[in-house]
Amino acid sequence: MRAAASTLRAELIGLGGVVERNVYLTRRYIWWDLAFMVWTIANTLTIVFIAKGFEATGGEIDVNRATTTLLIGAVVWAYLGIVFEFMTETVAWERWEGTIEYTFMAPLSRAMHLAGAGFFAVLYGLIRAIILFIVVALFFDLQMPNADFLAAFVVLVAGSLAFIGIGVMTAVLPLISPEKGAQLGFVAQGMLLVVSGVYYPTEVLPRWMEWLSVISPATYVLDGIRDAILDGDGLSTMWDELWPLLVIGLVTAPLGLWIFRRGENYAKRHGKLKRSG
Amino acid sequence: MSEVIELHRPSPAVEVRDLRKEFSRRDKKAGRFARKKRAALQGVTFTIERGECVAILGQNGSGKSTLVRLLSTLLFHDGGSAEVFGHDVFSEPRPVRKLVNRVSVEASFFKKLSAGENLHYAARYYGMGPRETRAKIPAILNKVGFPADRRNEPMENLSRGMQQKVALARALLTSPVLLLLDEPTTGLDPRSKLEVQDFVRDVRRSHDATVLLCTHDLAEAEALADRIGVLDRGELLFLETVPEVLERFGVETLEEAFFVATGREFEAEADGDDEDREVFA
Repeated sequence: MRAAASTLRAELIGLGGVVERNVYLTRRYIWWDLAFMVWTIANTLTIVFIAKGFEATGGEIDVNRATTTLLIGAVVWAYLGIVFEFMTETVAWERWEGTIEYTFMAPLSRAMHLAGAGFFAVLYGLIRAIILFIVVALFFDLQMPNADFLAAFVVLVAGSLAFIGIGVMTAVLPLISPEKGAQLGFVAQGMLLVVSGVYYPTEVLPRWMEWLSVISPATYVLDGIRDAILDGDGLSTMWDELWPLLVIGLVTAPLGLWIFRRGENYAKRHGKLKRSG
Repeated sequence: MSEVIELHRPSPAVEVRDLRKEFSRRDKKAGRFARKKRAALQGVTFTIERGECVAILGQNGSGKSTLVRLLSTLLFHDGGSAEVFGHDVFSEPRPVRKLVNRVSVEASFFKKLSAGENLHYAARYYGMGPRETRAKIPAILNKVGFPADRRNEPMENLSRGMQQKVALARALLTSPVLLLLDEPTTGLDPRSKLEVQDFVRDVRRSHDATVLLCTHDLAEAEALADRIGVLDRGELLFLETVPEVLERFGVETLEEAFFVATGREFEAEADGDDEDREVFA
């Protein structure tokens, strides 16, 4: 019992170490992060202005609702991008810096190592998402009188376990291909969001893509956040979005870990677990 | 570290038996999908006793780094076995990882982070909490001669010698019972080289650590090691004390011994076969 407690303590300290490392790195690269934030805001604005642009060219549209819908989609896209970026950097950045061998020969379990990366990714992503939402909303005279922001936040957090699980799957890619693996993480992000109705209802998708949207966690996150902000739905009415997110999270997290372990074993067999790949 | 790992007594520190590792790479000369295999290690067998310092000499591509990576649990083998204090390296990686640490030829740090930051987070991976590292890290940096006023500077601002001192500090912070040194002084200026070598001697005395030193510096091997071995193209030719080596080959220097054993000069240029091997090792 004492040994198990000791092991758990060591593992939690190790998880904290991953978070600590990322805090240090964020501090050191803060100006780059701020520059990237400015780019994200600009990129989000190009999407969110579409509704106003449609109205300006003679289209009839509920501009307020459409703008808010686009804003929610763009914020979720940016959030998912951050989570995947941090997860793929679990390997890619370590390889580039040359620390990959030291990290992978440490006694910290892979589950806790990846959990630490995921925890920081979610924390950092949520802070960015909130800032992004507020800043972009200020550019528009958006009316959200019934919005339940707490419910929207809970839905986003609930979906994060599933995002981390999928992110862990993409984290294995730089192990298999040091040169191109990290970029494939962004491919996964894009593919996930296109079937999830990021800027449109999933009903407009071809039937086979609608089927895929059922298993994508981003579908439920987008639906839940839109219901909360646009229609004021509270947590008590969110069960239809929350239970699929929890189920998908409970499936993708261990599946992601299993896939990562297979990738790690492949890298160990073929000598790819080193700085030069 | 708060966990206690059982050191199986009276097991030696390291026991390697018929260890083999080969790598497969594309062979474009032989065809589009052709692959060729190269043996990085071929049936290597040796033992390191507790508290001993063993130096493995070899040219680039001889398999030294492959051996270190295998013992560090970073590679899977293709045959044979390896145990660290009685724990199988391949089936019991977790207890082995708690016993082992290493210093490699490259200073492997997050370059934008300071020495302190790199050591703090690295210690966490070994279960060392904030209270423990707050006291230990300044002490160990002091011990390796790292100036206190540079502890918050990014690693990229430090000289190679200074970075290697931090690498030593990182390795010792976790109190390893087996220290793997993979060409730790390569590329250092003579003064830094001597400082690192003095520190290795000090570590053996004060920490009772077992050391496996892989190097292509004959003088360094002779100065630090109890026994010296030579890895040549994946084969361990011998592992003996210096007097025994010199007597066996009837020579006066290790360089001459290498020549007699392999038919090549130790500092000779690599041939095409060795260049292939260098990519794998």
